[in-house]
Amino acid sequence: MVKDLLRFATAGSVDDGKSTLVGRLLYDTKSVLADQIEAVRRASVDKGLSTPDLSLLVDGLRAEREQGITIDVAYRYFSTPTREFVLADTPGHVQYTRNTVTGASTAELAVLLVDARHGVVSQTRRHAAVLALLRVPRLVLAINKIDLVGYDEAVLTAIGKDFAGLARTLGFTDDAVVTIPVSALVGDNVVDRSEHTPWYDGPTLLGHLESVPVTGPEIGAPFRMPVQYVIRPRTDARHDYRGYAGQVAAGTVAPGDEVVVLPAGRHTTVASVRTADGPLDAAGAGRSVTVLLADDIDISRGDVLAGATAPPRVTDELDAMLCWLAEKPLRPGARLLLKHGSRTTQVIVGSLGERLDTDSVSYVDAPAQLAVNDIARVSLRTADPLPVDDYADIRATGAFLLIDPPTGNTLAAGLVGSPLTLTP
Amino acid sequence: MDALDVLESESIHIFREVAGEFDRPVILFSGGKDSTLLVHLAVKAFAPAPVPFPLLHVDTGHNYAEVIEFRDRIVDRLGLRLQVAHVQDWIDDGRLAERPDGTRNPLQTVPLLDSIVDHRFDAVFGGGRRDEERARAKERILSLRDAFGRWDPRSQRPELWNLYNGRHAPGEHVRVFPISNWTELDVWRYIRREDIELPSIYYSHRREVFRRDGMWLAEGPWGGPRGAESLESRTVRYRTVGDGSCTGAVESTASTIDEIIAEVTASRLTERGATRADDRLSEAAMEDRKREGYF
Repeated sequence: MVKDLLRFATAGSVDDGKSTLVGRLLYDTKSVLADQIEAVRRASVDKGLSTPDLSLLVDGLRAEREQGITIDVAYRYFSTPTREFVLADTPGHVQYTRNTVTGASTAELAVLLVDARHGVVSQTRRHAAVLALLRVPRLVLAINKIDLVGYDEAVLTAIGKDFAGLARTLGFTDDAVVTIPVSALVGDNVVDRSEHTPWYDGPTLLGHLESVPVTGPEIGAPFRMPVQYVIRPRTDARHDYRGYAGQVAAGTVAPGDEVVVLPAGRHTTVASVRTADGPLDAAGAGRSVTVLLADDIDISRGDVLAGATAPPRVTDELDAMLCWLAEKPLRPGARLLLKHGSRTTQVIVGSLGERLDTDSVSYVDAPAQLAVNDIARVSLRTADPLPVDDYADIRATGAFLLIDPPTGNTLAAGLVGSPLTLTP
Repeated sequence: MDALDVLESESIHIFREVAGEFDRPVILFSGGKDSTLLVHLAVKAFAPAPVPFPLLHVDTGHNYAEVIEFRDRIVDRLGLRLQVAHVQDWIDDGRLAERPDGTRNPLQTVPLLDSIVDHRFDAVFGGGRRDEERARAKERILSLRDAFGRWDPRSQRPELWNLYNGRHAPGEHVRVFPISNWTELDVWRYIRREDIELPSIYYSHRREVFRRDGMWLAEGPWGGPRGAESLESRTVRYRTVGDGSCTGAVESTASTIDEIIAEVTASRLTERGATRADDRLSEAAMEDRKREGYF
């Protein structure tokens, strides 16, 4: 049985029951084993609870268990007979931008939780805005605690309608969003269909996760591959072998394809696409390969191989959106490092532009500096020219990090171009 | 691509990033299934060139003979370079003291950190997986350690897209976990697909064992059987391979990969819960050991 793999993220505000939902998914898919359940049962008894607290399955660090909160993104694994799942579980309150951006950056789908009693709240708007900015292709609005509103269909309809307006503003198409009424605590419509919601004829959460396509928009995009490493065996038998190792970031590559090496701009033809298991007819986005080229060109780590017909633009001036993740503020003129693909270069921050106010979901006037969790437009000048795409077109070659030179800390997630256009 | 292709490509990408950005990486290699998988992936990442970094084994001296024989044979066959740090050397010269309970698993941390300093390793690959344990679920793929080897779970760098940030100051190093996203079942299914050889003790065999703390432990220099404990012959196999003092066997007749996959699929215990006394010490046992520089 061949299984594929879906990476998805969960987001929600503090008391929406996200840890319980994740615990429920793990528990009902039988991904939690006896010793883990026993540990949770003992801890629940110690806390004076009468039923096992499934959220304890997912709170990993001691401080989290002591304080009953989730601090950091946690990764969970479960599988069904047809699919494996990697779940980035992103906590809501502390450092919510940082955590949601991190979880969303690798997700093909996000589950956004709301409490059926409260509906769409400011946290929902913030999370949805970040998921839209990061261009997560698919969204599930999970209306949790449906048991606490008497399984009332009108509640689902009202919240769904409320959210649809927000989703449209953020540019999600109607078919990208699925709304599901659930109770994580009781288990309604998470894995098993609920008897209490006969008016709901859509999929269960797991049923939906099992059936959505796993491939992202990168599959159909033009070819991109940052060169990570040059493989040179230097043996007598392979004296002239030069293999360019990398992971296909977008599109496909096949022998005979004309490619351009950037930023230099030299054109050549793909002679062979290989893995350790032998040559391939073609390799698509996500596959790690070694590419051999027809011409002997000077190529090193940091260069990008791209399809010759639709190459990225090469520039040392970038307009981008920044998600500022660090406590120390960003001011214009800052000198930082920028990592894009397999290249790290110096960067000077130019002017700051409009800030995305995630509470009102609108762009507001440019701030004097960026504080932690701020999202804003910025202009940047890089020391080396970079082959970039707009993040909205190709995520892999439109994304970058900003790094603090003295500490090496990651300061910001960067997205080239204008990845989020708001439709009023 | 199926799930195993996706995981393989991700792991190879991580190996190549580290090879491109670090001066002196090293792979921790014990001969266990996870580190054997790491070596297999490293070979595939750089083929047909050799793996551009050495291996390091912190040998507690309490390892199973079959595993050490396997370790040396694999290193030899693949033409790799292996450094061994013997915990015994640290005990002999007084830098470490034997624990009253005889277990040497916690004693691995100091030889590991000393070896990292002595060889100036700046990136250390390990076979940790996030599905193993709750504290590991929050570990980054590239995880910074200070000069004391400590992990600070509250100040981890955010890890975005597949852009790994390996910046570190002199004296610091980065732990790298290329198989973070693999589950135990993925590892076994991939071992079957790639026909990867493992030490014989992963497969069912007869062994003289005694019962302690609900686990079947083998007789060995780590002590036991003691008191009321008595040896008996059982058909067992190992799900993890670690220090003999705290790694238990499970009763099993699974003698082929297919039988092991069937057994793991049906198992009601995690591999660490079933066989690792070191993780039973407390609820936060793994978190505490990781903070101190353990792998």
